[in-house]
Amino acid sequence: MTSMQQVNPRVLGIREPSKLQSLAACVTQEIRQGANKPFKKVIDVSSCDPHRAGMDPVSFVRQVLAVCLYPELLEDKSLPLDVRQRAQTLLGACEGRSVGSYSTTSCGLPLVQKSVAEFITSRDVGVKSRLEDIILCGGSQKAVSMVLHLMASREGRTQTGVLTPAPCPHTLPALLEMCGVKQVLYHLMEDQGWAVDLNEMQRALKAARGHCEPRAIYISNPGNPTGHVQDRETMEELIRFVAAEGLVLLAEEVYQDSVFGHDKEFLSYKKVLFDMGKELSETVELVSFHSLSSPCIGECGLRGGYMEIINMEPEVTKHLKRMLGPYTPPVLPQLALQLMVNPPTPGELSYQTYLQEILHIKTTLSQNAQRAHEFLNALPGMTCQPAMAGVFLFPCLHLPTEMIEEAKMLGVKADVLYCQRLLEEEGVCLGAGCENGQEDQNYHIRLCVLAPPDTLDQVLARLRSFHLRLLSRFP
Amino acid sequence: MSYTERKKNKTGSTAGVRKPFKEVINVSMGDLHTSGLKPLSFVRQVLAACLYPQLVNSSRLPVDVRQRAQRLLGECVGGSIGSYTATAGIPEVVQRISEFITRRDGGVPSSPDNIYISPGSQWCLMNMLKVLVNSESSPRTGVLTPVPSHCTTTSSIVGLGGVIVPYYLTEENGWQLQVEELQRALDSAKGICNPVALYIINPGNPSGQVQSRKSMQEVIQFVRENRLFLLADEVYQDLVYGEHSEFISYKRVLAEMGPPHADTVELASFHSASKGFIGECGLRGGYVELVNLDPAVMKHIHTLFSTDSCAPVLGQMALDLMVNPPQPGDPSYPLDDMEREHIRKTLVHNVKRVSEVLNSLPGFCCQPVEGGAFAFPRLFLPPKAIQKAKEMGMQPDTFYCVRLLEEAGVLILPGCEYGQKEDTHHVRFCILNPQETMEEVLRRISCFHTQFMREVS
Repeated sequence: MTSMQQVNPRVLGIREPSKLQSLAACVTQEIRQGANKPFKKVIDVSSCDPHRAGMDPVSFVRQVLAVCLYPELLEDKSLPLDVRQRAQTLLGACEGRSVGSYSTTSCGLPLVQKSVAEFITSRDVGVKSRLEDIILCGGSQKAVSMVLHLMASREGRTQTGVLTPAPCPHTLPALLEMCGVKQVLYHLMEDQGWAVDLNEMQRALKAARGHCEPRAIYISNPGNPTGHVQDRETMEELIRFVAAEGLVLLAEEVYQDSVFGHDKEFLSYKKVLFDMGKELSETVELVSFHSLSSPCIGECGLRGGYMEIINMEPEVTKHLKRMLGPYTPPVLPQLALQLMVNPPTPGELSYQTYLQEILHIKTTLSQNAQRAHEFLNALPGMTCQPAMAGVFLFPCLHLPTEMIEEAKMLGVKADVLYCQRLLEEEGVCLGAGCENGQEDQNYHIRLCVLAPPDTLDQVLARLRSFHLRLLSRFP
Repeated sequence: MSYTERKKNKTGSTAGVRKPFKEVINVSMGDLHTSGLKPLSFVRQVLAACLYPQLVNSSRLPVDVRQRAQRLLGECVGGSIGSYTATAGIPEVVQRISEFITRRDGGVPSSPDNIYISPGSQWCLMNMLKVLVNSESSPRTGVLTPVPSHCTTTSSIVGLGGVIVPYYLTEENGWQLQVEELQRALDSAKGICNPVALYIINPGNPSGQVQSRKSMQEVIQFVRENRLFLLADEVYQDLVYGEHSEFISYKRVLAEMGPPHADTVELASFHSASKGFIGECGLRGGYVELVNLDPAVMKHIHTLFSTDSCAPVLGQMALDLMVNPPQPGDPSYPLDDMEREHIRKTLVHNVKRVSEVLNSLPGFCCQPVEGGAFAFPRLFLPPKAIQKAKEMGMQPDTFYCVRLLEEAGVLILPGCEYGQKEDTHHVRFCILNPQETMEEVLRRISCFHTQFMREVS
């Protein structure tokens, strides 16, 4: 039998996924089977999954996709004309006019690549995007892992390293381990709304050299889970740093359409780079990622995303495209991407509904983020930075020493213990800060605030109840 | 850029040039829908209703469609296909897949804990290879793979730092596997690499053979003796045409062999929604069932699958519809049955015609296609053709395919992309086409072939 000794050491080195979500699923199952709990239903807000929390999908997207799946609906007059027309166009772009066919190129359907390029060009006023630089894939996680795989090499002192923010998206650490890449943490400044500190980044880089070979830097902007939006000045500093140190810039920009902070604006790394002049814009290697898991669209279960490759050597890009073989992107999510980057425009039949739905999502998000921030900040033993974008709040827990000791005894991190107890006692599932790469002594919890307001209120109420009860146990 | 893409671009670049054909017929991929075969209505209706639940209340759709969509949506968190699911897949869907496997294998038990759904069978296979292949080991990890075999797997093995150990199928014997050849291949690896697994495709791609129970038992015996992990790619299990052929799963043969084999041989079986009558390649739904793995190893496999949140929900649902089609008595049954019957008849007819036409052409020899999606006939090219190919810097079978594309507008792929014995040449084309398309393809190939052979004799 294949014993543990024979299993690829790389696989053995991947950290186990968080037990919290499977625990939540277990508890849900128990309730379904009639178990008696102090709560009727588990609310899981540990990841960015708006539909899970009860938000509605965007009608236009679902209508068009349904018609693409079942083209008989092209004759269905109850569906708006522009929906049916768009479905016609998309079906025409599919092999055999069917979403069931493979996309013939591993990079995705050319029509979708083109739409994405046009969207980026329009978003980054004045900076053109080319179809050939767009690679579609089954989600941004897969895309990131493909690029890392390209760079990853060797072990020990020459192992490839990637500078990653602390905190980072909770799915990132395991991904880095799977690719055999060393995580080099640079700490974001919590008391400055989780801004980037360039000095800290330089420190991290310097310390890393000698233990590994740093080749890239991963940036999440708007920040996941921090909700921070970088300003142009910071981004320019980062680009100069990246250029000076010869690093590849991996810019995860999935939350770009959910900026709500006062006076805040999303700028893409590509735009800022190109505004800095030819010397930088023609040399800095940049890969930007976006996906359907973006808050307004929220189609996480469809699994679709894209990356744009800037200034990578053609030979290298060729290898990247070749590696995509077993991972041909599914067709439907590619079509969904096309709808995301090319929504109904003013004058079109579906525009009003579309606009209303997007506005509703954005307003809900913005109001929820503010309400939740105030609420959590008012709790003793908790401080919360305001979010300017994205869907998460990432408050800091000031836990009583006894609880930290208890956690140590039980062999779990204190923030994980906090979340476990919260789940068991109140049926609310949050994420533990250690999943986001936060190290010990720095306990945080992570919650997604994009949910129907009532649901969020329930989450907050149950959280407060649990939190105050906990604190009262350790006066 | 793959050969296919180059060929397609080549055709595109001659836009406006007059050709003796109106359009290119692409039979290079195993893709039911590209050539015009229709998707199953039931599948598409249920999926459309899952995407746009307002349809569930519409009387336009049959009752069982609406009920199935409702049930599937109820099994999604938040009632939406837009939510992430558990890593291994929606639990109820995984459960039903395990029940399907048990039914298929005459009662051999199957546990949902051993099943993982992912975006296509190749993805599952990649994950298994990641576990087995250690790129840093010395000697390097080897995987026995058949010749011919489709190239995605071989590229994956190489990409992970492993070594391919080829074993040749016996063409003259209908591409059947001889176990002595497995031994030869294993012996050839001595001193070169450390073989840990045997990859086998049944029904074969591109070779189209279906293994007999006896042959499968020999393979199982062989892997047991040599402590190899058995990777069984069974995605074409629904496409069997040979009158005397029958698909049996490796799991079933293994279980029926009893101890000690049944308890010790480690097996991963792969299946997918891309092939078979459902043919939904674009939805990306596949699964792997793992047998006899060490529980500690299973834990790490789970971790590995967790690094990508979950498989696309629609692909998971397509799998569910594949393993649980409408039953007699259901409102959708008559149409579904008719559609499947139509596809089945078409494919059986196509296989017959391919054999008739190609085997009557001098220079072609086609083994019987017992199963799968492809024909893989042998080309006997005269020295002049081989010379011309050399001058163009191409493999002889590639040269043939390029000429066929340019002069007859048919896109097929050369055998060199799948592996073949040295100095032999083959071509591969898909037989999952409507009858008229198949006839047209065969007509164009015959025409071209006759002219071509005259030119190079």
